[in-house]
Amino acid sequence: MAVTTYSGAEQYNFDIVKKFAVMSLVWAVVGMFVGVYIASELAWPFLNFDSPYFSFGRFRPVHTTSVIFGFGGSALFATSYYVVQRTCQTRLMSDGIASFTFWGWMAIIVLADISYVLGYSQAREYAEMEWPIDILIEVVWVAYLILFVGTIMRRKQPHIYVANWFYLAFILATALLHTFNNLAMPIDLLSMKSYSLFSGVQDAMTQWWYGHNAVGFFLTAAFLGMMYYFVPKQAGRPIYSYRLSIVHFWALGFMYMWVGAHHLHWTALPDWTSSLAAAFSILLLMPSWGGMINGIMTLSGAWDKLRTDPIMRFMIVALSFYGMSTFEGPMMSLKEVNALSHYTDWTIGHVHSGALGWVAMITFGSLYHMMPKLWDTKIYSQKLIEWHFWLATVGIILYIVAMWISGITQGLMWRTFDEFGNLKFSFAESVAAMMPFYAMRAIGGMFFLTGTVLMTFNMFMTIRQGKRENAILEAKLTAKLANA
Amino acid sequence: MEWLLWFSKPENTKPLALIIFFFTFVGIVAYVYGSKKRSEKLESYRDIPFLDEQPGEKGDTKEKQ
Repeated sequence: MAVTTYSGAEQYNFDIVKKFAVMSLVWAVVGMFVGVYIASELAWPFLNFDSPYFSFGRFRPVHTTSVIFGFGGSALFATSYYVVQRTCQTRLMSDGIASFTFWGWMAIIVLADISYVLGYSQAREYAEMEWPIDILIEVVWVAYLILFVGTIMRRKQPHIYVANWFYLAFILATALLHTFNNLAMPIDLLSMKSYSLFSGVQDAMTQWWYGHNAVGFFLTAAFLGMMYYFVPKQAGRPIYSYRLSIVHFWALGFMYMWVGAHHLHWTALPDWTSSLAAAFSILLLMPSWGGMINGIMTLSGAWDKLRTDPIMRFMIVALSFYGMSTFEGPMMSLKEVNALSHYTDWTIGHVHSGALGWVAMITFGSLYHMMPKLWDTKIYSQKLIEWHFWLATVGIILYIVAMWISGITQGLMWRTFDEFGNLKFSFAESVAAMMPFYAMRAIGGMFFLTGTVLMTFNMFMTIRQGKRENAILEAKLTAKLANA
Repeated sequence: MEWLLWFSKPENTKPLALIIFFFTFVGIVAYVYGSKKRSEKLESYRDIPFLDEQPGEKGDTKEKQ
């Protein structure tokens, strides 16, 4: 193995990492605020103001796009550029391409959000952007792939560290998924409207092939890349088993692509297809838990860090939620469970235990670790990290418990028959029964958002502190040189 | 060239893909855990994140195992 002395800014391009890290926090606040707003609309419908521009249907993709691609995507750009440079011990291949990916990605999120509010949508889950924005995504993503692979090819370290495998799988799989899911024909070159190349059940299957693999490769594999670098770094000890990480990687890669059809149980999709998807979903539990155990066991022999280090706590709780949601997912993919859970709020709860518990928590932990290093300073306030941790944890619990109760209640109400064999409850009655849980969910979201705002303030003050320290150091150096 | 039509049927290609993936995966597991010497080499890569540490960087000091 090659050992290189770290020389910070001169050796690496940290400027691009800083930009993406800051924008990740900005999009977190924007996206989570919109999430809390639409959750509140369901609990207190007057918030729709009878205007299409404030409607749930238009704001919901603003929320999902801002949190998944704005917050999560920016965090992945930031950490992948940081990790690939530090583990390959080389600078990014091109500062120009790096800068292009930043401005391109920001333009995509802004344009997508504006287009949704104006009513433009493909109505495809997590891929609502219309065709001109899809083309822009394609261009930026190919640039990202070239930059990442190019940097790996220039590495000074002979072995490619496993975190980079996960990042590369995420970049490749996302390119594949985005391309095929968005094959569409615009009605006119000057029109935003397009129609999918697929139709009927094939269209549904393509959508869920994309939808579930977006979860698998964007929201799982990529954040596992983050985990495999930042958990060992924060713990101050190497990953528990490197061999397990290799098996984890390949098992995840082999199995994820098969499972999307479990979203289409009891539909026009051939029965064997969704059954096969369910079988692979159950198998997927093994690599998922293998990865979780690998991450958690990294702390073996240093469990006291959980008491003393709030950043470590973020990471370990994230891994625990990863384990929990990757158990819940396979369970929900069973046809019998799915018959009750599908189309209910249970699915929303499941998605958020993964998105808030796993994705957001591992991102918060990684950014808390990385950002002070980027500005060469210490964190402004440890106390605020503690507060953030508890607000986020309580917020998630309120959210998912509300959605579990609400979802199971919905499922049961929809399948209850009276003595004549008619449905006992109307759909409106089931909506009315949900109201207390919708309020509880909105409050859970408010807790989580408050924690994110605290983090943003803490990081803003950390950056200011780092800049001030740097300015003082430079002034001292200049004075010393002047006196010499 | 008619034999190529066999590949156009999902009921043929799905089990074929499954068999290919299964044996490839078994091969990977055998490669990773099959040799003590290789295992030691693979485990040495755990230390890569600690190889470019900045002196005095907070939290970057690897503890002795």
